[in-house]
Amino acid sequence: MRHLLSTKDLSRAEAIQILDIAEDMADVQTREVKKLPTLRGKTVVNLFFEDSTRTRISFEAAAKRLSADVINFAAKGSSVSKGESLKDTAQTLAAMGADGVVIRHHASGAPQVLAQSDWIDAGVVNAGDGTHEHPTQALLDAFTMRRRLHPGASRGKDLDGVSVVIVGDILHSRVARSNLWLLRALGAQVTFVAPATLVPVGASTWPVELSFDLDATLAATRPDVLMMLRIQSERMNAAYFPNAREYARQWGLSDERLARLRPDSIVMHPGPMNRGLEISAGAADSTQSTVLEQVANGVSIRMAVLYLLLSGEREALS
Amino acid sequence: MARTVLQQADTARALTRISHEILESNRGADDLVILGIPTRGVLLAERIGRLIVEIEPGEGTDAGLTGARRDAADLVGSLDITMYRDDLSKHPTRTPQPTQLPRQGIDGKTVVLVDDVLYSGRTIRAALDALNDLGRPRAVRLAVLVDRGHRELPIRADFVGKNLPTSRDERINVRLAEIDGVEEVTIEG
Repeated sequence: MRHLLSTKDLSRAEAIQILDIAEDMADVQTREVKKLPTLRGKTVVNLFFEDSTRTRISFEAAAKRLSADVINFAAKGSSVSKGESLKDTAQTLAAMGADGVVIRHHASGAPQVLAQSDWIDAGVVNAGDGTHEHPTQALLDAFTMRRRLHPGASRGKDLDGVSVVIVGDILHSRVARSNLWLLRALGAQVTFVAPATLVPVGASTWPVELSFDLDATLAATRPDVLMMLRIQSERMNAAYFPNAREYARQWGLSDERLARLRPDSIVMHPGPMNRGLEISAGAADSTQSTVLEQVANGVSIRMAVLYLLLSGEREALS
Repeated sequence: MARTVLQQADTARALTRISHEILESNRGADDLVILGIPTRGVLLAERIGRLIVEIEPGEGTDAGLTGARRDAADLVGSLDITMYRDDLSKHPTRTPQPTQLPRQGIDGKTVVLVDDVLYSGRTIRAALDALNDLGRPRAVRLAVLVDRGHRELPIRADFVGKNLPTSRDERINVRLAEIDGVEEVTIEG
């Protein structure tokens, strides 16, 4: 693997390989010495054009636990705010000897541009681009599901027949898109539930069931996994639903809806949570919730991805 | 042309002898941990662990189980060294294997590393680094089924199944019944 830009490119075997390597990385997190010498001498640049704390520190922790050197580059307060182009930024990083670039960008497709350009010869990891994809989030979600569904014996397993319901702002959600492609590759059944205003045009051609009614979907599918998405107020520049209370009542995971789930269903959220809006405090803190596991698993998944991209002999450009 | 140098009975005899030698040098099976290096080292370690339990089934004091029979599972583990290799950037990416230690860990124990073939010594160097991150054994020993020479590092084996002088162009193939269906060691010239 040379770059990780989208989960759409991942085959079932490749996805399972990443999840299995993440199992080994998770074992390292339980040791007293949580560091591996694998990427000693390599440099990873976190190139963040969009605000993010948890994804950036997760990648930073992952790179450091593999002994790579980490350079954090935030667009705010940098030459980008002075008008530098992506090309010039990339060439600057290349001149500094970056082996891997973790990029988050507000424009969909920016990581693709970077990977296909000859500006920099580094492995590129998409850490979220516009409303397009966020592949490592989908991988850590699948990893979390697999560990919960097969406790202690998750290695090598797929997600055949697992039913996943993803609820919320599908329109702006790169997490939902990346999850859909990956979950389909692993054999899971996916349903999107959202207000009609927050379903993207063209979603009807995707391999997913669409629903506008959360209660009806929960009653009909009795899902193994319920994933609540964040209402992204920073992307809400139009009136997609009347108000927050209305949204919480129709599409939020309340304590009462939580009680109607199967006792072994798991509740996921990519964070940061808006408590009381898409998820109630009771649901967020319940034993069915995997929110903190997702954060811990994020480091293991990102270690696996950095290992796969940066450790081996550089593959020739195809 | 492949030439068979060890057959099933030879391998079995070599492992039995190694098991006795390990017990002799450790004065019994107390505080002993046998760690195999994937893939075939793990299978050999499991066999040595079973042989040791057969030879000395006596009181296991390790887990505080005085009077109880020793269990091979408390003795044997696996140690993956992929992440510690010095040639990662010269090969396509390798998939690591799990590392599993016996539940009492390796602190203060005598650890015997087990591998199928000892060649340059670089795998063992990586294994010593990996052990260092997992704990502090009292001593580390090395058992191999075949020593083919050509060391590139100051490393030697304590327990050797067979010394096989080879040239660098030859290939040694160790096949074990558990995963290869046949049990033999061959040289390809």
